[in-house]
Amino acid sequence: MSEQPPLPRPPHPYPGKLIIVEGIDGSGKSTQLLLLHKWLESKGHRVFFTEWNSSELVKDTTKRGKKNKSLTPTTFSLLHATDFASRLYHEILPPLKAGMIVLADRYMYTAFARDVVRGVSPEWVRKLYSFAITPDMAFYFKVPIEVAISRLLGGTRGQFKHYEAGMDMNLSPDVTESFRIFQSRILAQYEKIVDEFQLITMDATKDIEAQQNEMRHLVGEALKDYKPRRGTHGRRTVFWRRFDVPKSE
Amino acid sequence: MVDAQFFGDGLTYLNPSDLKGKLIAIEGTDGVGRSTHIEMLQEWLEVQGYGVLTTGWTRSNLMSKTIEMAKEGNILDRWSFSLLYATDFADRLEHEVIPALRSGFIVLADRYIYTALARDFVRSGNRQWARDVFGFALVPDLVCYLRIDVETLVLRVIETKGMNFWESGMDLRLGNDLYDSFKKYQSLLIEEFDKMAEEFHFEVIDARKSPDEIQDELRSKIQPLLTTNLRSPELPSDRLIHPAPST
Repeated sequence: MSEQPPLPRPPHPYPGKLIIVEGIDGSGKSTQLLLLHKWLESKGHRVFFTEWNSSELVKDTTKRGKKNKSLTPTTFSLLHATDFASRLYHEILPPLKAGMIVLADRYMYTAFARDVVRGVSPEWVRKLYSFAITPDMAFYFKVPIEVAISRLLGGTRGQFKHYEAGMDMNLSPDVTESFRIFQSRILAQYEKIVDEFQLITMDATKDIEAQQNEMRHLVGEALKDYKPRRGTHGRRTVFWRRFDVPKSE
Repeated sequence: MVDAQFFGDGLTYLNPSDLKGKLIAIEGTDGVGRSTHIEMLQEWLEVQGYGVLTTGWTRSNLMSKTIEMAKEGNILDRWSFSLLYATDFADRLEHEVIPALRSGFIVLADRYIYTALARDFVRSGNRQWARDVFGFALVPDLVCYLRIDVETLVLRVIETKGMNFWESGMDLRLGNDLYDSFKKYQSLLIEEFDKMAEEFHFEVIDARKSPDEIQDELRSKIQPLLTTNLRSPELPSDRLIHPAPST
């Protein structure tokens, strides 16, 4: 694994804003994003939410592959990239072009951390996602592994999912131990990614409200110059209609 | 493939050096008779005592259904389009091709990554990304490219199965109807295949010839691989049987 210079990724050219969260399972990132979503909507913003591995087509395939245990590190990685590509095209770009705020629960950095731990080349997976646009804000919820474990065991889920614990990797027959080893390796990858892509690190051991206040403050600052476009589309249509001369073929 | 190589960033968890078999790819646009020739080659090789595995585009257990569904929706963007094929390819590579090569089989691939590279380039005008994505592919021992000109191809396809949506690249809206679009799309693919033929040293075979002539030419290209194989001292002698002289 060689250290590589950060890829030159220019900011996206769209009028909307893309805000993403990253972190291991049990870091609380989804809770924080949900609360941010509520706040942005209460401010009158148009918000679109999208989630990792959620496109129907790919989800079914992943499920099938997991069931037969036929997924390899490479097919696992490619399936997630397919899901991402499809969501980028159908879910992320249109609202950004329309000037909306898009919130993404996990982004390409999840692949850079998890797929590399599963065994694909770090260079390859970065090239795989080279078509992705750079988020306007990327938050990383940093949490010690023991805190994540106690949250997941004590919380609503009560147990670990097979793949989330990396049980397919034969790290340990004990699911909690497997989770600890697997997710610790992911944490180590995230540490590199934070520097490489300048993610905003959040202390995810703090109280939910404290984290949310900090997040809202940062997002509020970043949105200062953001002008939600409303109604312009309709006006422009009317404007152009006056000049619309029917073409004769 | 004694010195097996990956195209780019390979499978880090896999050592390609112990692959004893031979990987032969048959490339060419739609309607050049690839599958017929592969069947005949398989027969020819098996008669000589070689173990043969054939593998075909979109035939993986994991992806064949998914790709069908995606195509029915006709909603593929360029990236998903290439990534679905890459996933199918990776699944077959890791579960079929590499195990077969490891056991000394001759693998005949009906289409290889060049098909995906050409299709992606026609859609994007950019070569790098798709090549990066397929970096984990093994470089074949031999690529035979069944080359045809678009005029002949059009007649052949109309006479046989007809033009379909995807083979006509209708997602690209290159023409007003199926015929115009088919012709433009396939011309662009052929143009890109021709460029790759030079870059990647394909054996080019004129697919306008009679099936018998094409088959003979394919066999004459494959034959040297078999004899090299027999001479390599590191191969177990019980694995391979002396090939019969080619007809």
